[in-house]
Amino acid sequence: MVHSASSSVNFFKASSGWRSWLFTLDHKRIGIMYLVSIIIAFGLGGLFAMALRLELLSPSPILFSAKEYNQLFTLHGAIMTFLFIIPSIPAALGNFLLPIMIGAKDFAFPKLNLASLHIYILGSFFLLASLFVGGVDTGWTFYTPYSVETDTSTVMTTLGVFILGFSSILTGINFIVTVHKMRVPGLTWMRLPLLIWALYSTAVIQVLATPVLAITLMLLIVERVFGVGIFDPALGGDPVLFQHFFWFYSHPAVYIMILPAMGVISEIVTTFCKKNIFGYKIMAASSISIAVIGFLVWGHHMFTSQSPLASAIFSFLTFFVSIPSGIKLFNWVATMYRGNIDLKTPFLYFLAFLFLFFIGGITGVVLGALSLNVHLHDTYFVVAHFHYVMVGGTTIAFLGGIHYWWPKITGRMYSETWARVACGLIFLGFNMVFLVQFFMGSKGMPRRYYTYLDQFQPMHAFSTSGTWVLGLGFILVVFYLIDSLLNGEQAPANPWGGLTLEWRAASPPVLENFDTPQQVTHDPYDYENGSIPHA
Amino acid sequence: MLKSVPHHVAHHFEDADQEFDAAKIGMWLFLAQELLFFSALFVGYGVFRFLHPEMFLHASKLLSWKMGLVNTMVLITSSFTMVLAVWMTQMNRVRESIRLLWATAGLAMVFMVIKYFEYSSKIHHGYLPGSWFSAADAYEHLHLFFTCYFLITGLHGIHVLIGVGLILWLIRKSKQGLLHKDYYTPLEMVGLYWHLVDIVWIFVFPLLYLVG
Repeated sequence: MVHSASSSVNFFKASSGWRSWLFTLDHKRIGIMYLVSIIIAFGLGGLFAMALRLELLSPSPILFSAKEYNQLFTLHGAIMTFLFIIPSIPAALGNFLLPIMIGAKDFAFPKLNLASLHIYILGSFFLLASLFVGGVDTGWTFYTPYSVETDTSTVMTTLGVFILGFSSILTGINFIVTVHKMRVPGLTWMRLPLLIWALYSTAVIQVLATPVLAITLMLLIVERVFGVGIFDPALGGDPVLFQHFFWFYSHPAVYIMILPAMGVISEIVTTFCKKNIFGYKIMAASSISIAVIGFLVWGHHMFTSQSPLASAIFSFLTFFVSIPSGIKLFNWVATMYRGNIDLKTPFLYFLAFLFLFFIGGITGVVLGALSLNVHLHDTYFVVAHFHYVMVGGTTIAFLGGIHYWWPKITGRMYSETWARVACGLIFLGFNMVFLVQFFMGSKGMPRRYYTYLDQFQPMHAFSTSGTWVLGLGFILVVFYLIDSLLNGEQAPANPWGGLTLEWRAASPPVLENFDTPQQVTHDPYDYENGSIPHA
Repeated sequence: MLKSVPHHVAHHFEDADQEFDAAKIGMWLFLAQELLFFSALFVGYGVFRFLHPEMFLHASKLLSWKMGLVNTMVLITSSFTMVLAVWMTQMNRVRESIRLLWATAGLAMVFMVIKYFEYSSKIHHGYLPGSWFSAADAYEHLHLFFTCYFLITGLHGIHVLIGVGLILWLIRKSKQGLLHKDYYTPLEMVGLYWHLVDIVWIFVFPLLYLVG
């Protein structure tokens, strides 16, 4: 057993051999295995994205047939959503950090945690196997009736997503119970780091929304395999029912993706401004309220397929999401005011997040307005909007988090210079790819089209050229992080002067996280009264 | 009296209370997600009933409410024996608890046997949906009712069978002396699960059998 080793050895050295990783109960190792898996998934999804942007360089066929193109964007979407973004911050960083940040030795259910990793790997095999058994070309949303009729392997893919859902549910249950029961003495709810609040809110969505997706996909498989007619109007069924079910999960899932990112951003801004967060309580409350409101707005994905009354109600409710999101944005800006700002790489990612999430959020309000939405529905405007939130928001925050906690996780420092260059390239490349897509969309370029009118070509070509800058940025990150693992300087326990509990642990942490029992006596970002560990 | 084996608290917990509370919250969350898992099927039922109200009225008469009623009684009784089993272990009367667990598993199997007869009669009449649906002069869209029927009762049946497996596992643990008045967490958790299976059926019965 892993835990029989002496507790003061760092967790990398505590035991060795592939079994000690694959069957470990240590949340840190599970977190790292998640991290490696999702980075592989991200690379794969990214390659598909580059390939399909390459195809869009010109309206005439370049590399792929129309059918292959459909499979490319479907797999890009499915991989990025279910294998990368949903598990990115919660399952990888959250798994590593949550117990340490509340001073616990591990999650409440370590075996369940390992099971969720194994289920994730099993699910990804199913999802990726669909590549080899005919692909899938429905788009990641699997809308009926097309998903029932297409000759591609919808069943294999949806089965993969069905299995992945259970991984997400088990992780969510584990997070909630751990936050409730495993906090160290003195760590009251109002002293929890904001990342913990964010992960907690995320976990609530994971537990309550994911089962609905599971049953929906099961129904889709039953419909496809047995032809029972539940989604087929000719047999008395209702295809729009699928859309309702799907978005009842998948809209809250959007907040599974963005909430943890907001938590990471709150951690970074306080540490690099050496200042308490502006409005701690409202920051915590806004995470919870985003989770709650997130359950009431799924209909805004269906403005063109439901009754006008329902659309009006959903449009109205959608605007409420912007209130807690806006509060967060203003509070991050206010936190910087009179802060002792240190422009290290994680903080650069924080700044990038502020700009990009602001654009993503504001265009979300635009799309929430019913009249505008009908005009912009299913255009590149929508594509640009959700990429600004999912990539400009979540992926940027994920990268910020990786850089912020890299010394803690690996015990090594990375090259600050190259990290800044890469951050710049990613920010630039990302805007090159997606900013023009707002203009294309508002001029009527529909999403998911294989070809387009000649007038759109300059903008499409510009967008495609951006993917190369963006790709270069990501490759650079991989290079200097690998270099850091091999040649990086030893990281101190607290390189940035953070105040939360994880900075009291060694870098990398010991097997059960802390050598001595911890206690908390101040607020998480109280730089006036708290003493910075190892400073 | 079976010899009890003392329980060791897992390494990452402070004490047995923390361990028990964690398990209990976890189980309630699991039950919450189970409810949502079933809820989509109930919503589907609601939508189809709204779209085809007369058909549902007609279709529910094709089910045997007597068999449904007997099954409801059987499941409620099994929930009762389950509660008693937990209680007996808390009193350290493990032998009685084992007998009650056998009774619970037995009642669950009675439920499944009755279900088997129901299913075979429906399949015999050609009510199995999809390509097997072959009922002569069936009411329009009748297959949708039976899709709901087979999906809801089928998913519920799978939960009953999983419950039986868990109860057998508890019997084994009890015989080994691992469950006693100082440690009965698994028993309590399976108990909660079993009541959920019971409650879901209590909604299924009127929705499917007693529409008319």
